[in-house]
Amino acid sequence: MDLTLKIWRQAGPEAKGEMKTYPISGVEEDMSFLEMLDFLNEQLIEQGIEPVVFDHDCREGICGMCSLFINGEAHGPGRKITTCQLHMREFKSGDTIYIEPFRAKAFPIIKDLMVDRSAFDRIQRAGGFISVNTSGNTIDANAIPVPKENADKAFDAATCIGCGACVATCKNSSAMLFASAKISQFSLLPQGQPEAKERVLNMVHQMDLEGFGNCTNTGACEVECPKGISLENIARMNRDYLFASLSSNK
Amino acid sequence: MATTSKGLFGSSLARKYWMAATGLFLCTFLVGHLLGNLQLFVTGEEGKLAFNEYGHFMTTFPVVKILSYVTYISILLHTVDGIMLARQNRAARPVKYVKENQAANSSWASRKMALLGILTLFFIVVHMKSFWYEMHYGTLGMDANGNKDLWTLTVTAFEQWWYTAFYVLALTGLAFHLSHGASSAFQSLGVNHPKYTPLINKTMTAFAWLIPAGFIAVAVFLFVVQPGQAL
Repeated sequence: MDLTLKIWRQAGPEAKGEMKTYPISGVEEDMSFLEMLDFLNEQLIEQGIEPVVFDHDCREGICGMCSLFINGEAHGPGRKITTCQLHMREFKSGDTIYIEPFRAKAFPIIKDLMVDRSAFDRIQRAGGFISVNTSGNTIDANAIPVPKENADKAFDAATCIGCGACVATCKNSSAMLFASAKISQFSLLPQGQPEAKERVLNMVHQMDLEGFGNCTNTGACEVECPKGISLENIARMNRDYLFASLSSNK
Repeated sequence: MATTSKGLFGSSLARKYWMAATGLFLCTFLVGHLLGNLQLFVTGEEGKLAFNEYGHFMTTFPVVKILSYVTYISILLHTVDGIMLARQNRAARPVKYVKENQAANSSWASRKMALLGILTLFFIVVHMKSFWYEMHYGTLGMDANGNKDLWTLTVTAFEQWWYTAFYVLALTGLAFHLSHGASSAFQSLGVNHPKYTPLINKTMTAFAWLIPAGFIAVAVFLFVVQPGQAL
């Protein structure tokens, strides 16, 4: 198939970027979107043009490294898939495809389509963990009874791969879906309770410091999330934060 | 873990709590306001005297006075908070997308809350100048019972096609604003439950369309019937 790609090119974090057009032919419908970009880059290298920089790692939808805003949607058209799981059969010959980086102040561009998502790591470090004794007498997690429904919901929240599609999609570049998933996966479990209040207060604080926007409850994040993380998590974070603010000592 | 938080003032979530709380209060205000307006369906001298009596009660009864101050504060807070949120949201994405397919994942109203809010605020200013200001500080005539004749001011205003048209347009904007905001407020306050949320969403969606429809019905009735001409 023959395609016209319109790709954001930006030499570095401070450089001025622009959309550049690259015609490409010989694309096979069984290629993944990333393979198509590999194919493009091979051709660009042969032509002496600098290849397009983009993020990727596992290429099986579990690592959260691939990103891209394709034809106006995070991870492109299709639901509950990452860009690496998007295949060229979703497009037809003659199509023009817009490929842009995830856009947010908190996700600065490193180069071309690659963005720095370490803001997510800092939110995690602010409280996205539980403190356990690892000195040889760690309590087996299965020794504590957990209601099945809560275990399932915690697991669903924990499937967040931190790709940033929620931020990229949100008209406000809000990180609420990510933060709420990372908070919920612990707040639903007994192991998460001792640090529950500090966790939600600290992670929300860090999220605000990073310069993400606020939540308008448009629900776009849930639609575009490759893992189908539910808005229920945002509501849980909202009430956990409310109760924690009202009842914490500080 | 040491705690760092801005608590209920200044954090992103707190701003949404205030939006939700003031918004929901203003929803209850709309119900009260509409109930008052429904009296305008009663025309003639009888309707006029009753409406003016009601107007007198609403501007003098202490409990209503307190509620009206809460309403003014809510409108102010909702506006200021909304502007702050919108500014932050804008700043969170300094470079826009070249191509963005927002229709694929969210409703129009949910993305246009600030715009619809500004339209509603503009309407409130005009509306308060037309009636609230005249009632409190204007020079209104008296009716047979010695009450300020708010009725004549009201029905005369809606005799003008452009005033009624503006009113219908503004209330339609409000309906869209509420179509997202009224149910979204519950989510902001953390109320999301598989058993209750579907009911809340249905109720608030019905509220969003029916309440403005009620206001519009009264306005259109006044324009069509022109009860002021009969007296």
